[in-house]
This record gives sequence, C-alpha cells and structure tokens, in this order.
Amino acid sequence: MEPTLSPAGYAALTILLLPLAAALVIGLCPRRDPERSANLSIGAIALGFILSLGLFFFAGDKAQETNFSWLSVGDLHVSFGLLLDPLSKLMLLVVTGVGLMIHIYSRGYLHGDRSFSRYFASLSLFTFSMLGIVLANNLFMMFVFWELVGVSSYLLIGFWFEKNSAADAAKKAFLTNRVGDFGFILGIILTWAALGSVNFTELASAVELGGRLADKSVGFSLLAEPLGKIAGGTHWWIVHPNVLVTLVGLLLFMGAMGKSAQFPLHVWLPDAMEGPTPVSALIHAATMVAAGVFMLCRIFFLLEIPGSHALEFIAWTGAVTALLAALMALQQNDIKRILAYSTLSQLGYMVMAVGLHAPGPAMFHLTTHAAFKALLFLGAGSVILACHHEQNIWKMGGLRDAMPRTWWTFRWGTLALCGVWPFAGFFSKDAILASALEHNNIPLFVLGVFVAGLTTFYMSRLVLVAFCGNARSEEASHAHESPGVMTWPLVLLAVPTLLAGAIGLDAYIDKVLPSEHPPHNEGFLNNLFAPFNHNILAAGFGLLAVVAGYQLARALYVNADRDRLPEKIGVLAKLARDRFYFDELYEWFISVTQETLARVADWFDRWIIAGLLVRGAHGTTELVGRVLRLVQTGSLQTYAFLFAAGVVLVLAWQLLGKGGGH
Amino acid sequence: MNVGLEHYLTVSAMLFCLGLLGVILRRNVLVIYMSLELMLNAANLALVAFSRFNENLTGQMMVFFIITVAAAEVAVGLALIVALYRKRQSAHVEDLTSLKL
Repeated sequence: MEPTLSPAGYAALTILLLPLAAALVIGLCPRRDPERSANLSIGAIALGFILSLGLFFFAGDKAQETNFSWLSVGDLHVSFGLLLDPLSKLMLLVVTGVGLMIHIYSRGYLHGDRSFSRYFASLSLFTFSMLGIVLANNLFMMFVFWELVGVSSYLLIGFWFEKNSAADAAKKAFLTNRVGDFGFILGIILTWAALGSVNFTELASAVELGGRLADKSVGFSLLAEPLGKIAGGTHWWIVHPNVLVTLVGLLLFMGAMGKSAQFPLHVWLPDAMEGPTPVSALIHAATMVAAGVFMLCRIFFLLEIPGSHALEFIAWTGAVTALLAALMALQQNDIKRILAYSTLSQLGYMVMAVGLHAPGPAMFHLTTHAAFKALLFLGAGSVILACHHEQNIWKMGGLRDAMPRTWWTFRWGTLALCGVWPFAGFFSKDAILASALEHNNIPLFVLGVFVAGLTTFYMSRLVLVAFCGNARSEEASHAHESPGVMTWPLVLLAVPTLLAGAIGLDAYIDKVLPSEHPPHNEGFLNNLFAPFNHNILAAGFGLLAVVAGYQLARALYVNADRDRLPEKIGVLAKLARDRFYFDELYEWFISVTQETLARVADWFDRWIIAGLLVRGAHGTTELVGRVLRLVQTGSLQTYAFLFAAGVVLVLAWQLLGKGGGH
Repeated sequence: MNVGLEHYLTVSAMLFCLGLLGVILRRNVLVIYMSLELMLNAANLALVAFSRFNENLTGQMMVFFIITVAAAEVAVGLALIVALYRKRQSAHVEDLTSLKL
C-alpha cells in the first residue's frame, strides 16, 4: 500500500521519531558532552509536546490512520501504522507534557552524575517506545513498542547498576513483565486467529459486524467459525464462543496486568523505585504503567463483546489491587515506596473502571493521575535530594518551612490524589465511583470508597510526618530548597493538578469511548459542580472518606515521633509492612520449582545422558572391541581356514538353499 | 571307459581340496606356497576341461593368463620367502606373528 501522509500524520511521525533520533545521536556519539545530550533530549520532547498541542487543538476529532506495510506472512498482514484519534492525541499530550517536565527536572536532579548522557539516551529511548504504544494502529506494532518500553525501563531502573539492589530490581521488573507479555502475545495471536486482523479499526468493524449478525443472547457466533482454522481445518475442537471471547479478553488483559502492575504481578513496581526519582515519576507513575490501562481502553470493544466475562475479572482484579496496595502503603516508611504503592492503588482504580464498562473515567483518571503523581514523585525527589538521599520519612520532618515551593506543590498533589474538591483527582475518582454505582455494583463501590479513605490516610501520614512537626535528623534540619530547574517543573505540573478536572477532559474522552451518560462540557464553572449534580451519592461518600481518613491520620500523626498505628491494628500492620508476603511467596515458589526442575535435569543428565548414552556408547564399543580382538590370532592359516569355511558356508547356503526352495 | 567332464572336475576338486588342506595345515611357508600353486592348477584343470567340452577356447585363454600371472607371482613370492628366511632364519608360519597384538 502506498503510504499517504496527511500533515497530521507527518506531525505524528515527527513526534514519534524525534526522541529516537535524540537517543541515537546521544548513544552513538563517541564524545559525550553531558550538557549537549540533555539539551538534545529535552529539545526532542519539547518539540514533540508543541506538535502534540497542535494536534490536540487543531487536527479535528476524526480518526486518521496511516499504514506502511511491514510484513506479510500468509494471511497475517502486519503494518507499521499510526492511528490518530482523540484517545491517542490525549495520551500524546500526557506523555510528552509530563515527560517534558520530567526531562527538565532530571537535568537538575542528576546534575554531575557520571552517566548523565547515558541517562538521557535511555530516557529518550523510553519516550520513543511509549509514543509508539500510543500511536500504534495494530496489536503487533503495539507489542513491539510494548517490549521496547520493557527494555528501556530495564535500562532506567538499573541506571545505577553498581548498586546490587538496582540491578536486581531491574531484572525483577523485566521478568515479571515477561509473564504478562507472554499472555499478551498469546492473546494477540488468538485475536488474529478468531477475527483475522490485528488492526484496531478493522477489528472494531469486525466486532460490530459480528455483533449485528449474531444473536446477542447466545454470544458471538462469528468467532465460532474460524475456530476450526485454529484446530487445523477440522472442527474437532469446539469451544463455546463465550469461552473464546473471554479467553481473548483475559489473555490481552494479562499484558496490562504486567505493565500496569496489577495483582498478582504487582511485585515489580515498588522495587522499581531503585531507579532515579525522575524515572520513577516518568515510568512508574505517569506513562509506562499507564500503558496497560491505555491498551485496555484501546481494545475495549473486544472486551465488551456480548458473552465475554473478561470485564468482571478485570474489575475485581483492579479492586483487589487497589485495596491491597492501599493497605501495604499504610506501613511503608520509604517516601518513594509509599508513592509507589499509591500508584498501584490508583492503577487498580483505573483497571476497575475499565472492568465496570467505564473506560472513559479510566482514561480520565489516567490523565489527571499522570499529572499529580508525576508532581508527587518529583516533589519526593526534591525532598530526597534536600535530605542528602534520605528516603525514610521518619528521618525527615519540618520541611515545610525549609522548602516552601516543594511543600506547596506537594500538598496540592496530595490533595488531588486524595480526591479533594476542586482538585483534578476528585473529578476522575468521582467518575469511577459513580460508574460503580450506575452498574449497581455495591461491593466495588464500597471498596472504592474505603480505598479512597485509606489513600487519604496514608498520604496525610506522609505529609504530616515528612513536612510538618520538627526535624528528626541532622539532614532534615539543614534541608534547603532545590534549584529552579527542579522546582519550576513542580509549579508547572501543579497547574493541571488543580485544573485538569473541570476543563472538560471527560467530555473530550467521551468522543472516542462513549459512555451511557455522556458528560457535557458546559464551561469551567459548571463543570466544577457537575459531579454533585450528576451523582451526589458518589461525590458525597468520596468526600466523606477523605474527611474520615484525614481525621484519623491527624489523630495519629500530628507531631508524632514514631508510628503508633501498629499498636492499634496489630497483626494487620505487620502484614502490611511485610507486603502481605507476596515476595516471599514468589521466592518460595520459584525456588521450589527451580529446585525440582534442577533435580530432574541433574538426574537426567547424570543417568540418562552421561550414564546411558555417553558411557553406554563408549562401554559397548570397548566391550565389542575386547571380544573381537580374541578372533585376531595373528596366524595366517587360521585366517585362511576361516576364509575357506566362509566360502563353503556361503556356497552351501546358496546351492542347497536354492535347491530346497524349489 | 569313457572319460567325461565329471571325471576332470572331480580330479580338479580333489586337487583343490588337497591344496587348501596344505595351505591350512602345513607349517612351512615354502610348502604352503606349493599348495597354493596346486590350487591354481586345479582351477586351470577345470577351465581346460570346460573349454574342451564346450568346444570354445575362452577357458584356455584364461588358463594362459593364469599361468603367466602365477609365474610372476612365484618369482615375487619366492623372493619374499628367501628374504624372510634371511631375516628370521626360519620359514615356519608360527614364527611369523608380528602382526598380532
């Protein structure tokens, strides 16, 4: 197919390729000048951000697609294509916008690091991969960039690879993601086998067509026919279409489970905090972990095929993740780990929203969360740097006076995360809670409200302990504000943290992910109060949870010098502190399976390969040799006799045998 | 008494067997060598007999070749035996076992 590129397509391609070019130039240039690499990297993403803004405001809402044929194997046609629709444009804005702030901030945070250039090369490579996921128009291309994101996050988490913990965390993140990706590629193959395409647009129309043809109460019968093809041309393997669509949904969800760190593959995210703090902000708060949710929204039409039960599973996985992560966050003392668990918990919210047939609110929460969580992480980085790389909140305290800018922006981020009106987080969280109510899913609604309360509790604990009260260590008392290159991104991120909720983002998302009750963009002031008009119950309970959480935290942690929570809740606190023993469980499981496998392999190698095959072949040859040596007498006449006897025998056999045959 | 093909063949077979027995049983290399010649001549006899009774000359042609080759062979073989005897002071096969391990 001849590629035809519209101006918007050119812009998208430029956005995608600029960071790659920056990464290549920095990575391959033999003389690395730190300043120049940083400028190159920042320049690439800044240009991308400007182009994204242009696309967002001026390119129109119609979906535009560009296809370059990439490879064809039999019926499988994979193209390299860019899909520009409101969903990808919004996500472009998030990735380049938040990414730009983080790039700028990194310049200050990593100032003077030995591998400054390598850091920016990896960062640009990551940005390129992430933009690839966002712009991909088919599942295979998405998978390629999905893996690239995995690689670049490995590079960034293990940036300080001299530290063993960082190298281990990088490996853990990579391997845990492999588990999810394994399911993802199986899901892609199954999707292709069942629907004959991997292109999102074609898939959507195939599903729509099938939905029209099939009896919706029975399920999706279009899928039943090509199933024979999977089984090799015969219909010996008949799976109920409902089972098939559920399986497709669940396998694709496994990919999201790995990337978005959903239970039970959540273990890598807290450990990934070993990377530099801006990396945590970019990858583990704003973009990479959002990729899973973004993917679920992209393929949402596959998940909601009538007859599929995948969404119920997705909703409960999200809810369980949200709850477990919030509980684990209660007892963490490392400032970055608290934020990591809160990220997990918020991702759980988003996944739960997708599971509740509400991908719109999920994307909405993703967008606002990207802004305020990046802000929180960058604030934490500023604090960590001020306290000379001290991450324990119990060794901080009293930072509010020393670091006014960080304190103000961090507080705004916290308010947004807790869901306090009128900060952005309130609107997106409320949309999710409201959709739980609309689907009459009371258990999930209660769970969501409870998690909101927990969120407020642990974030208030963090703020009260780290910023208020008196300094608890030498470093904290000498802390001072970070330089402007680090605080300005905080201030810039604080703007969307305050405003993003009410500027009509939800109405914008609704263009591509229509919901049952479309939100209307009625101007900023009306939007501010829309949640209360729309569903007062959800908004009311949400705010109630915030107040309750804050009051509890205030009672426990104002001017506290130690954590009094364990005395109150006992064994639960220990469980939460030890992360519910997931790591230990996995370690045990892996060591047991590995040990068993190693034993079997050892036995096989020792007895079958070395014993039977190698020593057997050698032994048989030697034995036969020893026996046959006896025949070699060295006497010429024996040979002559044996030869003659042989001739006689052959003759007798020939002549007599032939004679007997008649 | 009429002498037929079978008489010649019987004599030839007996000569061949005598030669073979000589080769297998005798110990002196020189005698083994003479037995070998006996076996060759047994074959010659059979061939000549076939030639005579089939009334064509192919068999006799072959015999001439065999005699020629045998003459050359005797020259080489006897030379070898003499050389061997000079080296080892023995012409007994039991002494010639240096090929054995």
